[in-house]
Amino acid sequence: MNALSGRRYVISAIFIVVGIIYLMRLFYIQVLNDSYKMSANNNVLRYMTEYPARGLVYDREGVLLVYNEAAYDLMVTPRQVKQIDTIDFCETVGITKVQFIKKMKQVKAYSPYKESIFEKQLSKETYAALQEKLYKFKGFFVQARTLRKYPQEIAAHTLGYVGEVSEKITKKNPYYKSGDYIGVSGIEKSYEEELRGKKGLKIMMVDVFNRPKGRFKDGMYDTTAISGQNLISSLSARLQKYGEQLLQNKSGAIVAIDPSTGEILACISGPSYNPNLLVGRERTKNYGKLFMDKSLPLFNRALMAYYPPGSTFKLLNGLIGEQEQVTFRETRYPCNRGYPVMGGKPKCHPHPSPMDLPGAVSTSCNSYFCYVFRSIIDNRKKYPNVVVGYNAWRDYVLSFGVGVKIHTDLPQELPGNVPTQKYYDKYFGKNGWKSSTIVSLSIGQGELGVTPLQMANIICSIANKGYYYTPHIVKGIGDKKKPRDEYKIKHYTKVEPQYFEPIIDGMQGAVDHGTSTSAKLKDIIVCGKTGTAQNPHGKDHSVFVAFAPRDNPKIAVAVLVENGGWGATWAVPIGGLMIEKYLRDSISKPDMEKRMLEGIVLSTEKKSKDDK
Amino acid sequence: MRKTEEGIFRNIDWVTVIMYLILVAMGWINIYASVYNEEHQLITDLTQKYGKQMIWIGTSLALALVILIVDGNFYAAVAWPLWIFVLISLVAVLFLGTEVSGSKSWFRFGEFGVQPAEFAKFATAMVIAKYLSQLDIKMTDNRTKIISAMLIGLPILLILLENETGVALVFFAFILVLYREGLSGNFLLLGVIVVILFILSLLIDKIILIVALAVISGVLFLFMRKTRQNIILLSSLFILSSVVIYSVDYAYNNLQSHQKKRIDVFLGKESDIKKAGYNVNQSLIAIGSGGLTGKGFLNGTQTKYDFVPEQSTDFIFCTVGEEWGFVGTAVVVVMFLLLLLRILFIAERQRSPFSRIYAYGVASIIFFHLMVNVGMTIGLAPVIGIPLPFFSYGGSSLWSFTILLFILIKLDAYRLEILR
Repeated sequence: MNALSGRRYVISAIFIVVGIIYLMRLFYIQVLNDSYKMSANNNVLRYMTEYPARGLVYDREGVLLVYNEAAYDLMVTPRQVKQIDTIDFCETVGITKVQFIKKMKQVKAYSPYKESIFEKQLSKETYAALQEKLYKFKGFFVQARTLRKYPQEIAAHTLGYVGEVSEKITKKNPYYKSGDYIGVSGIEKSYEEELRGKKGLKIMMVDVFNRPKGRFKDGMYDTTAISGQNLISSLSARLQKYGEQLLQNKSGAIVAIDPSTGEILACISGPSYNPNLLVGRERTKNYGKLFMDKSLPLFNRALMAYYPPGSTFKLLNGLIGEQEQVTFRETRYPCNRGYPVMGGKPKCHPHPSPMDLPGAVSTSCNSYFCYVFRSIIDNRKKYPNVVVGYNAWRDYVLSFGVGVKIHTDLPQELPGNVPTQKYYDKYFGKNGWKSSTIVSLSIGQGELGVTPLQMANIICSIANKGYYYTPHIVKGIGDKKKPRDEYKIKHYTKVEPQYFEPIIDGMQGAVDHGTSTSAKLKDIIVCGKTGTAQNPHGKDHSVFVAFAPRDNPKIAVAVLVENGGWGATWAVPIGGLMIEKYLRDSISKPDMEKRMLEGIVLSTEKKSKDDK
Repeated sequence: MRKTEEGIFRNIDWVTVIMYLILVAMGWINIYASVYNEEHQLITDLTQKYGKQMIWIGTSLALALVILIVDGNFYAAVAWPLWIFVLISLVAVLFLGTEVSGSKSWFRFGEFGVQPAEFAKFATAMVIAKYLSQLDIKMTDNRTKIISAMLIGLPILLILLENETGVALVFFAFILVLYREGLSGNFLLLGVIVVILFILSLLIDKIILIVALAVISGVLFLFMRKTRQNIILLSSLFILSSVVIYSVDYAYNNLQSHQKKRIDVFLGKESDIKKAGYNVNQSLIAIGSGGLTGKGFLNGTQTKYDFVPEQSTDFIFCTVGEEWGFVGTAVVVVMFLLLLLRILFIAERQRSPFSRIYAYGVASIIFFHLMVNVGMTIGLAPVIGIPLPFFSYGGSSLWSFTILLFILIKLDAYRLEILR
């Protein structure tokens, strides 16, 4: 036996060795290895996002343009679904049993423990019916969320819409999580940060069946949601609505701006669509339809379409000529139904001749402005050659916010096009062009591309006699009710104030007794200018720009009706009606109004728009 | 009265008793934390597991007292009848028992259940002690080996029939007792080799394994003294290994799928944490997340919120790990280790071979439970459903360990009487 009693040490050693191995293993997993702590948090912590209410949008007169409507998503936690009456459930929700089985499979594949959306945005009726029975359908619950609603059903392009964030955005910006909503276009996009507010976070502890068990550390790490800020748009809902009606059955754009502030009063692109179409369950379907529509309703012509400005551009050339001291109020140029220098081209319509500067504006004399343009570019006392002269002219044009982005607060804005010297060098060859080569610029034709917003902005600069505020669509943010700081800055053009008077006289003349008489109003002096933009793809575009009243201007407007022919045919009456509507809120020419509202201008575009 | 009481507690090894009480109390507290219910905060609430455990503890202490009162000679005397009685109940339960999750090992009496397999542990420990303590028994005799193997093997067989594989495995711990009593160390070594072969044959293709063994045998053959005895030993070892490999392969392929999965998970062949590996993974997360000092009493989330399964019984160690951290687990492991070494110390001071052998039985059983139970929660042993002694919730388990330990304490207290 004594020989064997040594074996107690072997057995003790076995015990001790196993004990030490276990202690080492415990030390490793508990003290050295941190991964289990993270796994434990993954198990037990659920991060619940509290979504703030998105900010509302009002118009300048306090009319509600955008608000949130409650919508209900039917959610499900697959593990908790037990013994439900499938037939009753399917009937209540309005799906077939096959769909039910398919959806359950999908959500189970995502996670049996975590909740996922079973059915998006239930209708009010379905929600009401379901709510009564919900207690019977264990594992299902309804989560409230909000949908954007546009009660006025106007300004679709301007207000924009919201949609689920793309993966690209969630990767770039950690604020957004898959399934969140974000402004996709319009104000919704450009004021996304102000509108969205700040999400709150609630950390809950859950058990293995995902049942909430309480707040993590008594809510120490929780944050509350902060609602988005309300916006006051500079739009006038009544003017916007009126403009949209006027542009019915026509393609084109109307932009109205308050020159004294740069606030956009109306921004219409026709054809338009009801903004509520791009909300909720039907969104994808409706978007597809609009996208395929040949009249391009999704295309925001007011900010994105490039049109040749036509005769309205003569205003700029007149101003530049004066500033350059080559044209004066009394300067007279001959016109013989055309520009004599180039053998009567470009042509002109019959009118008394020779005329002074205001008269040439009123009658829209082509020849006159060809002379003006030539005298600017070919001023060899100042500019050694055509290239320097052209660049000087171009700089003037750019100072009116044409050919460059003016950085409005709408996201789709495009810069327009004023050809560069390089372009002409390439097109005609170096030294291969002179002022006569590009003479069409003097009457707003040629390679010029100007957006309706830019046209209206030119008129603002004229109304203000030499400066503009960047046009903007939001005049008040949140409780401060102020616009962004950059919209309070005056942008001066390169033309000094004293040179505007003759041009404005000419514009008043155009309305009083010239080309734009249908825009004339009693007791309000309207200053305007027509344009007939030659269009290589079809019938000419009808253009009109105007501001009123002459003293202390309150509205500047640019109207473009695609394929509308003469400016006077469509654009002038529409512009006049817009001005009267805004300044008086009543219409003195009901016949004209009726004609405009009911008028149909068929598109004669041969190809898809490439004059954009 | 006073005299009898003195009699009962006379010569008792208080160190062991105190360690027992500490372990039981720690178990109770951890059961309370693991299934803590805010609506029933009282630890004595009888509707909750912790309230019921209090009853088990109370009855266990009563049992302990009874064991101490009974005469010291009694246990050696009843060893055989008790063992036979347990065997009969193991057979009976196969016919009369209630089936619980695939195994038929419980007698149900209303609310309460008794599992004869639990009691087979100390009955077998006693009968081995009784058999081996006979004067003319030598462990080196083949007859002794065979009878010992039968004494251990019979209950294993019956328990396997009940489908309680985990409990059956506990009986292999008796090899330590036999070793202490003279069984060649080669058997212990053989046991280790069989375990290694067992694991290897599940991990490696059997053909490759046998070829590798053949190569090793060949190399050994080249270098060893080529006596007849050595050659026989080597070739029989090789043949035996091959048989083990083939039978393991056969057994594995005929296992039930859940058993197969558990083995796969343990071997790391399967890591699907949602299914078979779920228990081990969650158990590791619970213990691992405890850190050095734990999350604090009642602050465990993994155990309390049911991420860890069976958190009051087989996985009670997770609560220790999560709420008390490494400090807690180390204290528990060291406590058990001290208890085991104390039992070995007690064993070696016995004059009666019966008492000594029985003590080794007790140590072996507790050690095996500790090794497998803690091992499975930290991923060092396959998931085998056996409780942590004194800790896990449950009457049968606590009773059987109490009986097991207190018979030893009684025998130890009685050792001086034998002297006299």
